[in-house]
Amino acid sequence: MSHRLPQGGRLIDRRKPRTFRFNNRAMRGMKGDTLASALLASDQMLVGRSFKYHRPRGIVASGAEEPNALVNLGTGDRFEPNQRATTTELFDGLVAKSQNHFPSLDFDIGVVNDALSKFLSAGFYYKMFIHPRPFWKHVYEPFIRQSAGLGKAPDAEARDVDTYEHMYAHVDVLVVGGGVAGLQEARAAGEAGKEVLLIEQTAHWGGRAPVDGGSVGGGPVDKWVDETVAALAEMPNVRMRLRMMGAGVYDHSYALGYERVSDHQPGNDAPRHRLWRIRATEIVTATGAIERPLSFAGNDIPGVMLASAVRDYVVNYGVTPGRRVAIATNNDDAYRTALALADAGVGVPVIVDARSEGGPLAEAARDRGIRVEFGMGVGRLLGGKRVTGVGICRMDSDGSALHEIACDAVAMSGGWSPVVHLWSHCGGKLNWNETRAHFAPDPARAPTGADGQAFVRAAGAASGALTLPEILDGAEDWEEAPLSPVWQMPAQAEKALQGKSWLDFQNDVKVSDVRLAAREGYESVEHTKRYTTLGMATDQGKLSNINGLAVLADALHKDIPAVGTTTFRPPYTPISMGAIAGEARGALFQPIRRTPMHDWHDAHGADWEPVGAWRRPYAFVQNGEDVHDAVMREVTNTRQNLGLLDASTLGKLIVKGPDAGRFLDMMYTNMMSTLKPGRCRYGLMCSENGFLIDDGVVARIDDETFLCHTTTGGADRIHGHMEDWLQCEWWDWKVWVVNATEQFAQVGVVGPNARKVLEKLGGMEVSADALPFMAWADGEIGGFRARVYRISFSGELSYEIAVDAGQGQAFWDALMEAGEEFGVMPYGTEALHIMRAEKGFIMIGDETDGTVIPQDLGLNWAISKKKEDYLGKRAQERDHMTDPDRWQLVGLETLDGSVLPDGAYAVEAGWNDNDQRRVQGRVTSTYHSPTLGRGIAMGLVRHGPDRMGEVLDFPVPGGTTVRAKIVDPVFYDREGEKQNV
Amino acid sequence: MSEAVTALGGASFNGLVAVRERPLTGMITIRADLSDKAVAGAVGSVTGLDMPGTGRIVEGEGCAIAWMSPDEALVFCDYAEAWDKVAVLQGALAECHALVANVSDARAVFELDGAAARDVLAKLTPADLRDGAFAPGTMRRTRLAQVAAAVWPTEAGTIRIVCFRSVADYVMQLLSVAADPDAPVGWHG
Repeated sequence: MSHRLPQGGRLIDRRKPRTFRFNNRAMRGMKGDTLASALLASDQMLVGRSFKYHRPRGIVASGAEEPNALVNLGTGDRFEPNQRATTTELFDGLVAKSQNHFPSLDFDIGVVNDALSKFLSAGFYYKMFIHPRPFWKHVYEPFIRQSAGLGKAPDAEARDVDTYEHMYAHVDVLVVGGGVAGLQEARAAGEAGKEVLLIEQTAHWGGRAPVDGGSVGGGPVDKWVDETVAALAEMPNVRMRLRMMGAGVYDHSYALGYERVSDHQPGNDAPRHRLWRIRATEIVTATGAIERPLSFAGNDIPGVMLASAVRDYVVNYGVTPGRRVAIATNNDDAYRTALALADAGVGVPVIVDARSEGGPLAEAARDRGIRVEFGMGVGRLLGGKRVTGVGICRMDSDGSALHEIACDAVAMSGGWSPVVHLWSHCGGKLNWNETRAHFAPDPARAPTGADGQAFVRAAGAASGALTLPEILDGAEDWEEAPLSPVWQMPAQAEKALQGKSWLDFQNDVKVSDVRLAAREGYESVEHTKRYTTLGMATDQGKLSNINGLAVLADALHKDIPAVGTTTFRPPYTPISMGAIAGEARGALFQPIRRTPMHDWHDAHGADWEPVGAWRRPYAFVQNGEDVHDAVMREVTNTRQNLGLLDASTLGKLIVKGPDAGRFLDMMYTNMMSTLKPGRCRYGLMCSENGFLIDDGVVARIDDETFLCHTTTGGADRIHGHMEDWLQCEWWDWKVWVVNATEQFAQVGVVGPNARKVLEKLGGMEVSADALPFMAWADGEIGGFRARVYRISFSGELSYEIAVDAGQGQAFWDALMEAGEEFGVMPYGTEALHIMRAEKGFIMIGDETDGTVIPQDLGLNWAISKKKEDYLGKRAQERDHMTDPDRWQLVGLETLDGSVLPDGAYAVEAGWNDNDQRRVQGRVTSTYHSPTLGRGIAMGLVRHGPDRMGEVLDFPVPGGTTVRAKIVDPVFYDREGEKQNV
Repeated sequence: MSEAVTALGGASFNGLVAVRERPLTGMITIRADLSDKAVAGAVGSVTGLDMPGTGRIVEGEGCAIAWMSPDEALVFCDYAEAWDKVAVLQGALAECHALVANVSDARAVFELDGAAARDVLAKLTPADLRDGAFAPGTMRRTRLAQVAAAVWPTEAGTIRIVCFRSVADYVMQLLSVAADPDAPVGWHG
């Protein structure tokens, strides 16, 4: 059984117990434990069930590479699935539950899949679920959804109560990894005067060295670590951060750091995670190496661990996975585990070494009286939910002849693979090292920056320098004999054994699955990965990838480098969604733009509508009204008395220069250069492809200056559109553009009493003579500096008045006060829409959808025939654009006065190739008009303008059909007498 | 004429640093070729200041000019004088190809005051805020989270921020969250 040793544990404080719960059982650990070491100390070796076969799974590793020990962590608003026990620092009150089991961890029904594993081989899902096709939706998909995923999804109503943030940092050198290599690199860079950031994903400096031992300059390596950390702390130009993982490396020497600020002390008010976005001149990956498992039958039984992990638990936490720990290896390093166990008084019944001989470490183990069996391998492991023994055989055999030795844990080592993930994220290439049987960074093919120079360098074990003397000058350690690559144990393992030799513990991929894929023709490692799901689990194959591709290479009779690796992609280990979102949640999820009168609207019943990033009042709802009532009232009041519209959101682009007129003639379909100063003109803007993209009123301010109004959502886009043409195409035209949208609060003063209220406020002449329709003037109204445009989008007498934004609210207040006797009421965007529809005015985004040209909308009057060119002109001459069958704008009046549904289609006889009714038109805008007391609509209809009086059928949801007559789109005041008074 | 108001009426927050909305500030955009001596001369004749170099801000008595792009400068002045100054600048630049626009009301100005000002800002902007790259005299056009902004350090050790007026509320909340007293980073100096 696994248990806490009476002594030892360099990272724990035995005087400080910690209590936690696992699967509702109270357990005890110590300060400094990880959840994994505390579980092992409580003899909780079984921690989960595998994905496909629901096999019992135990803790395999001691760090980020752990594939099995994933738990549902926390409860309620702090619940998170798939958390690795090996990287979860223990705290008082921690609550964890095992995953992927039903009904319980100890007894799991899904394990029948294990008995059926013969039928669940590689590619099972692809082969099984392809036929019959209709089964996919109704049978297979629900089944797969049910069995998908390891951890539980958080409760739908739960809300993450923690906070997260981002941090941008710029440094000369980013060193990822706080082991001896990272410390040395940081020190060297620091001493060279560079600004350095050194990050380490765990809570401790030194990496593996304090556990693995060795000496530097005659002293123990942990002393060197302590001294170096102290020296770095003294350097003002070196910053060190623990619990911060290098998550990814990107182009232009950009790196992501994932800092787990308060995971180890939840409930405090600090952010939980901080996502660092780091610009470094140079990135050093000192990310260490990961030990490889050995592929022998039963290697997934709880109690089998990486040899280095066993050593970590013994030395760091004073915990052993068993009382008798057998060791299987193909290298010298695993003997360190034997020595550590022996030092701790734990029995090591046998060391099975695939090689014919070892080095001094093996000698040392022998000297301690440990039985060492060279040329032998593990044929099969004994046990179910727990290792009970190991059956050993000749390495060079099929594994049938076994000699059994009792043990309750196995430490395995298949050699070490450098952590090349960060090196590879941005294109660093790898070389295969035959001697050490691993891929390591090729310094000649590093990721390069814009200058063609390398910006990533690997150091220490991550570069392939696996021993202390290779990394640190003056270091001494055991001399190690070479390893012997082992990808299957024993070498000629029979098929049944291959079917129980796990490569990917989390996704249940075995040696037999990869071999099957090869037999079925999968040659590419990327395809094999997807076919077998090797390395596709949450651990992304940190333990399985190299073993898997070596098996594939063997099956394909190819060299390992010829097969290559799958692609390494960020993040190194999963990072939280919260960290990615940072501050962008709740009120800060998206910026909301507010006009100067926003708060007033909010206090006066505004029912908000998003328009671009702005919020505009859809209607101002008064007591006892619903929104529809409010809209009807606003329309009627504006038509009869006086309405105020907050039009501040409309884009206001100042265009100035000797070529401004020429420029606007290109931008708009109309002729703008002939506009006289003091006058306004409605204009249309098209894209190069001829489609209508924006509209608005242009005012000529002086000879060289125009003010172009855009739609609310179009302001930034059209500004960019203008700059694009000026900077990229007509760079020699003398035109400047400034987006002055937010300088002004703009108020539409609309209705028969509009002039009266302005005259009452006084200050400038606003009579029909002084300020006729489609004119503008600067002046003062009620003491406010104002620019007044006599323009109308409602068909009523209307002024749009711009004042400085800082006085917008005061101006609005003045209008409300002065307008009281004239029946003033504010109105929202829906009343605006209805009034413009009553007048047959189009709305960008309603009548247009990116496929509509002005000619479709009967706007030929706004397209200059005299101009040689404008954006969209040539496109509008294409056959398709001049096709007389294009749908054209008309008005639609329902026969029963009802309101047509928006987007409804007018059908005609027959069915198309997709068995849909043929259509001949559609509704683009539709409202109830309080002015006319009936539904009105606009729509695009084939040959519409030639079919006045015809009745169309609009099938609507519910199986009924609404009938509507084609009419002129101008429903109200066709002569325009109301606006021109 | 009524008293003009800022977007947030002088909002403030105290956390890792003090976050304050600044009073109304005169701001005038000049679009012109800044490398044109005539332009620099005309602007200089009104402001008494040299045209700033790339990424710089030059300050004088009650007046400053910030470089916004090779063909855009931002003149700071007293709010009450902004419209008059626009007219004066337009006059001075009459012979040049230039556009002068009052943008005082189109913007909101904030100030971060405190030792952690750079850390607070660094949670929101990708700009390099190290001393060497962000010393007084520097002006950075950048973004704060999802909106455009310009930021510059003052001789007094504070940091000033200009953003669009419509997103003043968003920026105030951003800065307040970034200045959460429980979220110190300890990065910049």
